[in-house]
Amino acid sequence: MLRSLSKFFAIIWQSPSGRVSLVICGICVGIAVFGPLLAPYGPTERIYDDAGKLVRLSPPTLDHWLGTTLLGRDVMSQMLWGARPALIIGVLTALGTVIIGVNIGLLAGYLGGHVDNFLMRLTDIFLGLPFLPFIIVLLSLTGQNIWTIIFAMMIVMWRSTARIVRAEVLSLRERQFIAAAKTTGASDFDIIYKEIAPNIMPFALVGVTFALAWAIITEASIGFLGFGDPNVVSWGTIIYDAYASQMMYRAPWWVVPPGIAIMILVTSVYFIGRAYEEVVNPRIKQAG
Amino acid sequence: MRQFLIKRTWHALLTLFVMSTVMFFMFRLLPGDPTATVISPALYPKAQEALKAQFGLDKPLFEQYLIYLRNLVLLDFGISFHTLRPVAGEIGNRLINTLVLILPSMIVAYAIGAFVGAMVAWKRGSKLEGALVLIATALQSTPVFWLGMLAILFFSIRLDLFPVGHIVSPGMFPEANLQMYLSLDFLHHLALPFMVNVAYQFCFPFLLMRSTMLSTIGEDYIELARMKGVPEKRILYHHAMRNSMLPLATTLPMILGWAVAGSVVIETVFSWPGLGLLMVEAVGRSDYPVVQAAFLLIAVLTVAGTLFADVLYGILDPRITYQ
Repeated sequence: MLRSLSKFFAIIWQSPSGRVSLVICGICVGIAVFGPLLAPYGPTERIYDDAGKLVRLSPPTLDHWLGTTLLGRDVMSQMLWGARPALIIGVLTALGTVIIGVNIGLLAGYLGGHVDNFLMRLTDIFLGLPFLPFIIVLLSLTGQNIWTIIFAMMIVMWRSTARIVRAEVLSLRERQFIAAAKTTGASDFDIIYKEIAPNIMPFALVGVTFALAWAIITEASIGFLGFGDPNVVSWGTIIYDAYASQMMYRAPWWVVPPGIAIMILVTSVYFIGRAYEEVVNPRIKQAG
Repeated sequence: MRQFLIKRTWHALLTLFVMSTVMFFMFRLLPGDPTATVISPALYPKAQEALKAQFGLDKPLFEQYLIYLRNLVLLDFGISFHTLRPVAGEIGNRLINTLVLILPSMIVAYAIGAFVGAMVAWKRGSKLEGALVLIATALQSTPVFWLGMLAILFFSIRLDLFPVGHIVSPGMFPEANLQMYLSLDFLHHLALPFMVNVAYQFCFPFLLMRSTMLSTIGEDYIELARMKGVPEKRILYHHAMRNSMLPLATTLPMILGWAVAGSVVIETVFSWPGLGLLMVEAVGRSDYPVVQAAFLLIAVLTVAGTLFADVLYGILDPRITYQ
């Protein structure tokens, strides 16, 4: 596990675009960890000027580098606070998605027969499921907080990983080392998790990066539609606040930064995934 | 071929059946009483019961489920909690509005994406290629609603070229009819969401076509064609591009599904009265019959798109075996 991870970073570091992307992601992780310490104000703190007046919709100034919101909050501080939920939700969703997807793909591909039929039918059904609409309905019924959002994304997103992993297991299953393991009397469980699973790692890692990119955008979309966790400021909910206040077109400094942050982060995640994919598996094209 | 068609249609129907079942039980079994908005808990118990009976909620769960399935087949989506009118009557126009926005922009995006992707791969290693790959990846990584907001900010507010949202100017067409969809006013409103959608949807076919072309160009038959002295243009269009189209066709259903499902955000930004916006509004009003109907229709569009593309793929690629 650790070895594949260090190999993962080594491979990405070889390509120039991968290197730049890794640095950008590193910066984003840094902001997620230390951002709240660097932020001059709290994410929902209202700022008053010397005369005791609320500093509403101030354009960028030296005090407020990215201006303030309608409720007198500092956009720069919100941006620094907002990285953490975006990344936590993204990373947890990506990991969960891939864990579910890899397991379903392993079981379907290795066991074959009725199990395979059932699991693949299930995957097809999920592939036909309208992604965002389903998540919105689910969130409106379960309530909205970080955990329900992660859960809602996870139970839909595993579908593409499952398919790719299954296809790979189908070909691995016929290899000699599997037959060798069988003759030594290894159980199905051992063969799946000790022999086949390690060979799936590269696919799982590619899956994680693409799922991460997709999860960050989806989290922002959920936030934008007003289904984000109301107690958490994330990049998506900053855009939603601007949109809901109907001031977005008068205060570009409020809407532009969170979008750019998402764009830069997700772009670099995509480039990392691609740099890795090109080396490990030039054949597959994963979409989401 | 016929068997293939039957099998795919059967799968599509099965998918829809499972989805509508999941929808039914999600609303009934998850916490939060969806009926609380119409049947106020403050009413007398007798009145509550009477209302429940009116909506058919007094029957056992399984019987409700059977009635629900029968009604779906009959395209009866119940009565909106909000307008108290039949849902089916309100939803037809929304469906058309979503389709007129999504379908043309998808087709245009696919055509442009495939063509530009092929060209860029043909002249590989150019500066333009690197720049376009970066731009396409960045666009793909941009939340589409934010792209829409920027477009409104720039083209509508700054330059005053397009309306800020909606499908026609208020009061122009009291009723949606063919005349409305053919009017200049409608096209004027369509232009901006259309362009944003094209810009967003363009990335995927572009990147895919480029990478497929790059591997096709390395194939032996391209080399052979060169040696036979086939003109370059002909190699590009007839040999390389044609053979690189297949992955585009396989991914089309998935992308169509994303586009329809993604209409939720783009319609919200542009206040475009389609299914997606209807669903978001209905969720906000706890108007569950409408939410259900809108969701299922979006699902039907997605599944129908998948089916269509599957069949198309079967026709395009003779190597496919129909088992």
